[in-house]
Amino acid sequence: MTARTALAIEATGLAKSYGSTRAVDGIDLAVPAGAIYGVLGPNGAGKTTTIRMLATLIAPDAGSARVLGHDVVAEADAVRGLVSLTGQLASVDEELTGRENLALLGRLLGLRRGAARARADELLEAFGIADAAGKLVKHYSGGMRRRLDIAASIVVTPELMFLDEPTTGLDPRSRNQVWEIARALVAGGTTILLCTQYLEEADQLADGIAVIDHGRVIAEGTPGQLKASVGTGALHVRLLDPVRRAEAAQILEAAVGGVLLAPDAAALTVKCPDAGRAALGVAALTRAGVGIAEFSLARPSLDEVFLALTGHTADDGPAASAPAADTLQEQAS
Amino acid sequence: MTSTTTTPAGAADTAAVRRAIASTARPPRPGRLATALAFGWRGMLKIKHVPEQLLDVTISPVMFVLMFTYLFGGAIAGSTGAYLQYILPGILVMSVLFTTVYSGVSLNTDLTKGVVDRFRSLPIWRPAPLLGALLGDSVRYVLAGTVILVVGVVLGYRPEGGLLGVVAALALVVVFSFGLSWVFSVLGLLLRSPNAVMNAGFTGIFPLTFLSNVFVDPRTLPGPLQAFVDVNPISILSTASRSLMAGTPDTGAVLVSLAVAAGLALVFLPLTTRLYRSR
Repeated sequence: MTARTALAIEATGLAKSYGSTRAVDGIDLAVPAGAIYGVLGPNGAGKTTTIRMLATLIAPDAGSARVLGHDVVAEADAVRGLVSLTGQLASVDEELTGRENLALLGRLLGLRRGAARARADELLEAFGIADAAGKLVKHYSGGMRRRLDIAASIVVTPELMFLDEPTTGLDPRSRNQVWEIARALVAGGTTILLCTQYLEEADQLADGIAVIDHGRVIAEGTPGQLKASVGTGALHVRLLDPVRRAEAAQILEAAVGGVLLAPDAAALTVKCPDAGRAALGVAALTRAGVGIAEFSLARPSLDEVFLALTGHTADDGPAASAPAADTLQEQAS
Repeated sequence: MTSTTTTPAGAADTAAVRRAIASTARPPRPGRLATALAFGWRGMLKIKHVPEQLLDVTISPVMFVLMFTYLFGGAIAGSTGAYLQYILPGILVMSVLFTTVYSGVSLNTDLTKGVVDRFRSLPIWRPAPLLGALLGDSVRYVLAGTVILVVGVVLGYRPEGGLLGVVAALALVVVFSFGLSWVFSVLGLLLRSPNAVMNAGFTGIFPLTFLSNVFVDPRTLPGPLQAFVDVNPISILSTASRSLMAGTPDTGAVLVSLAVAAGLALVFLPLTTRLYRSR
């Protein structure tokens, strides 16, 4: 591997506006080859717009990016020859069958008719959609469609794959399968740029993560580093008797730390540095005879990472209207 | 989506996925023509899978033939037979032109479903998806035209120009439609939903078709309306088709029709490719 290709993606100051909305406002990325790199952010943060620029679908207003050593504007065609795109909307043709979709892409990528059909059948078999190969895609379930979409992206194995929110709207079983496929791809040598709004997904898959908000990178690091910045999460407690909440808050404050009162009159949330401290908190309540209806230790959510990084939650803040405008633009395009 | 199919027992087989990933080298890029033909094949498959779409656009012209011939034919032209001779070439024009709206509708469907993003991310000749779609469209045009011609002949229409005249007229209408379809492709790239394209398309093409000489001889119309009908390209195309099918080609009308088609393509084809690239 040469120095030129050690970074699969190298972006500096990428920017794109739609009207007065700065969808992407100066993003820098350095994505190492051969791994999964996560871009984490809420809806409208600029993830899809960033992918669309890197995949040469739209030209940046400012900044530049090299993908696998090629400039995304000047050498767009060379970039297209090395990457593939799996979009947020499953970009397969609903009015064709699964087999026809894959065979068409095979033809477009230069396979001869017979080879394209054989490749389609191989992929349908591997992705567990062989039974529905002859059915129109509009009759597929969400999970099948997503698998077909990923299969469509590896008709010819790409060097780099853009996975844009690959599991949004999937049930846990289908989601795990998509994760398995992503890991298999990386094991085969493909680099993956994963856009997601789920910290857990980035945590499960990515080796490095960039958190973006309002079109800017606000943090970068490994999943462990990001989680360390917010603690392990929060202890949620629900009391049997709401009357004792003030007392319970005092006990938890002493045992664990900063207590937040939830809207539910019987519930409290405590920010927790680690699971051991959470156990101490629960034990302290029990010792004091405060009845607990239920308790749970939540992993830090994206909201909490955001709160910790920006001081505002993912869906409020000064540009509360920006996500909606961004979404509209992205749908329109 | 409202699909109700449950996930089958079959699931991704990770080992097989690994093998599939490992098993291909990138083949050499296909030529421009091969790429456009692959998109043409996609167009054919769509006609095969969604024949209803073809039905939609042929049923209304067939209804117009029946309604106008038997309801108004006697009153307008003295006899249903004479009127059928007059309107059939016009209905052929209408039926094929209505089909062109679907070029925009299907392009917009591709956009809203995200299929266009996939195509645009491929290392292929950029206009190939648009030109390939044209290939599928031309089959649709010919089918729509043929349905009307067959209905006409069954009802008693007899073209004086014979098979040659009919084929020439159909070819002219199809070529004109190639030009017009780019107008709807631009609409398809600008509007938000397939339905919006359909509505806008028919809102334009419907009155234009009625304010032409497709149904009535414009000589009975009030002056200003007649002036409009005379310059309406749909009138000129109808006149040209009528003349070809009657075996007395009106060279002027044929040339003007071709020129209008070329003009539309010259303006709207570059606009389409530009919008397609930047969306």
